[in-house]
Amino acid sequence: MPVIVQVEKCSGCETCLDSCPFDAIEFKDGKAYINEYCNACMSCLAGCPEGAIIETEKSVQRSAFSNQLKDYKDVMVFAEQKDGKVVSVSYELLGVGRRLSDELGANLLAALFGAGEPEAQELIRWGADKVLLCSDSALEQFNDDPYSEVLAKIINEYKPSIVLAGATPVGRSFIPRVAARLRTGLTADCTSLEIDKETKNLLQVRPAFGGNIMATILCPDYRPQMATVRPRVMKKGEYHADRTGEIININIGNAVSRTRVLDFIKEVSGVSVNLHEADIIVAGGRGIGGEKGYKMLEELAEALGGAVGASRAAVDEGWIPYSHQVGQTGKTVNPKVYFACGISGAVQHLVGMQSSDIIIAINKNPEAPIFNVATYGIVGDMFEIIPLLTRKIREVKNL
Amino acid sequence: MNIIVCIKQVPDTAEIRINPETNTLMREGVPSIINPFDLHAIEAAIQIREQHGGKVVVLTMGPPQAETSLREAISMGADEAVLLSDRAFAGSDTWATSYTLAQAIKKLGADIVFCGKQAIDGDTAQVGPETAEFLNIPHISYIRKIEEVKDDYIKVERLMDEGYDIVESTLPVLLTVVRELNQPRMPSLKGKMAAKKAEIKKMGMADIEADENSLGLKGSPTQVKNIFAPEVKAERKIIEGTPDEQVDILIKELKEIRCL
Ligand SMILES: Cc1cc2nc3c(=O)[nH]c(=O)nc-3n(C[C@H](O)[C@H](O)[C@H](O)COP(=O)(O)OP(=O)(O)OC[C@H]3O[C@@H](n4cnc5c(N)ncnc54)[C@H](O)[C@@H]3O)c2cc1C
Ligand SMILES: Nc1ncnc2c1ncn2[C@@H]1O[C@H](COP(=O)(O)O)[C@@H](O)[C@H]1O
Repeated sequence: MPVIVQVEKCSGCETCLDSCPFDAIEFKDGKAYINEYCNACMSCLAGCPEGAIIETEKSVQRSAFSNQLKDYKDVMVFAEQKDGKVVSVSYELLGVGRRLSDELGANLLAALFGAGEPEAQELIRWGADKVLLCSDSALEQFNDDPYSEVLAKIINEYKPSIVLAGATPVGRSFIPRVAARLRTGLTADCTSLEIDKETKNLLQVRPAFGGNIMATILCPDYRPQMATVRPRVMKKGEYHADRTGEIININIGNAVSRTRVLDFIKEVSGVSVNLHEADIIVAGGRGIGGEKGYKMLEELAEALGGAVGASRAAVDEGWIPYSHQVGQTGKTVNPKVYFACGISGAVQHLVGMQSSDIIIAINKNPEAPIFNVATYGIVGDMFEIIPLLTRKIREVKNL
Repeated sequence: MNIIVCIKQVPDTAEIRINPETNTLMREGVPSIINPFDLHAIEAAIQIREQHGGKVVVLTMGPPQAETSLREAISMGADEAVLLSDRAFAGSDTWATSYTLAQAIKKLGADIVFCGKQAIDGDTAQVGPETAEFLNIPHISYIRKIEEVKDDYIKVERLMDEGYDIVESTLPVLLTVVRELNQPRMPSLKGKMAAKKAEIKKMGMADIEADENSLGLKGSPTQVKNIFAPEVKAERKIIEGTPDEQVDILIKELKEIRCL
């Protein structure tokens, strides 16, 4: 056990119970003990007034690998593409990646699969020093097996200290496989990435427990340190049209795959459901009352050039398809502006949207918790406000 | 068809609140539930068994009290349950969790392994794909529909950003599922009886022939350095007035932030 309770010191006061975010402290015969849920976060150490909880294993050098750590230097970004075009989260990763590699005095590498030289050049203009380009047609379409194989191979060869990827359906699917194969840590959905001034390790901050708490994660004894980042969480880097860099062509040989994509079906919908990419999202909840309310949201979204989102209640009622759902069991979004219309603001919804730059809440109940996170709140009937808003926006934009 | 469903017992995050004074989580009375996505995984497994025969085994790694979740799965219709529990597993990150689950799955044998898309406490969505890698079998994430199952073949729909992929794979395979896949059934009366009587198979470190250095905190490449409460945005403005006035003010604000 990474943490133990010195039984003779435990007074049985149960103060420590609340200090543990993982439910890992239990009481047996009036004494605390640490169970298998312990994540070794050490929160309980300060939570015990008697100082009865102590750390046991941390000082132990844990990895046989540690003498090789210094061979790992650069920062690598996995540059995802769709239909041959680099997706925008990749440029955001180059933004953070550039900052981290400058701080480390290292190179910024970008791995690009299934695209061509022009896209590789773009990555350089967005900040990459070297692009590891694998333009094999077998990688044009995403498939877990060959993507994992090739990325793991590149990492083994180029030995980056840090590897970043987008927390998109693609990144979230195959990056864990790569981490498992390389026997290294992977931190999902980081909201902040910094270099520790002293140790030069990567400090990875991410939300947990449905956004109720934040945790700083380290991967001190293994390399590379791998992290995924959700789209729109990080700012894009600087674009310099005259930046130069190196493009290295990678040959993959014979990529085999046990899975095969037969077809991609684009979901037809009046407005875009690509909530990850949208600057403006107009979301509706149970308050929209039916499909008519949905139409109203679509019109506002269209006038603003945005996408339509939904609460689970609106999805469960069958008014809006699941692909629009925002929240814990839906998508996590980060637009510039998020309209929450007729949404009460349950935590499961909030965790999916509360990092939006600006939140505008329209709700007829002034006590609705959504107002606690709203930048602007309008207490009122959305059936009055929204059509009016749409009309006035159209006037302003001359639509 | 041997189907294993990996389920996780999690605190119901809807019930968790932060104590604003101490910045700690208030979890008194917070109920433990089966991770909601895993309920859909159980349902999918039972449906495949109903069509193709075989058995559904639910597997969890956790402390002894996770047994309640296993019994709940049996009440829904799972045939067998396995509890992976050992003090040596404590402090596992996703790497060590996946390694441990995979060692157990190798012992149990499976044609299809189901996982939820993610667990609502950790929210990582990593355990499924990592487990598949340790098993050296393919995986498909975010399954929203199962189109076809044969002895050595499966065809499914995988949810993507702007639609879905139709993906086929050989078996054995690991699938992670999203909510859209199905509606989990409620426990039946017969199921509840079975759950009461069911024998829960227990496995520890020795039973799965695991490498000790790959387990628990020792085997976990990542470490939690610290935990803190998220900041809350301070600024907020309630826009007053008649609907007309409210909308005009909002439009002015939207112009100021260059949204218009
Ligand atoms: C495990 C789990 C996961 C979940 N995951 C998600 C998730 O991913 N996403 C999600 O959204 N929810 C999720 N939920 C559900 C969540 O708890 C809430 O039930 C849900 O978000 C409520 O949706 P709502 O705000 O639209 O509906 P309600 O809570 O019913 O709120 C409707 C609001 O509309 C207002 N209203 C009504 N009419 C009007 C009108 N004419 N004009 C203005 N305002 C009006 C009302 O005042 C009210 O505030 C999850 C729950 C669980 C247990
Ligand atoms: N301790 C565990 N025991 C069994 N299954 C688990 C465990 N942790 C995670 N899983 C499975 O992996 C999925 C993804 O979990 P996570 O990667 O933690 O988000 C869950 O939905 C479960 O199916």
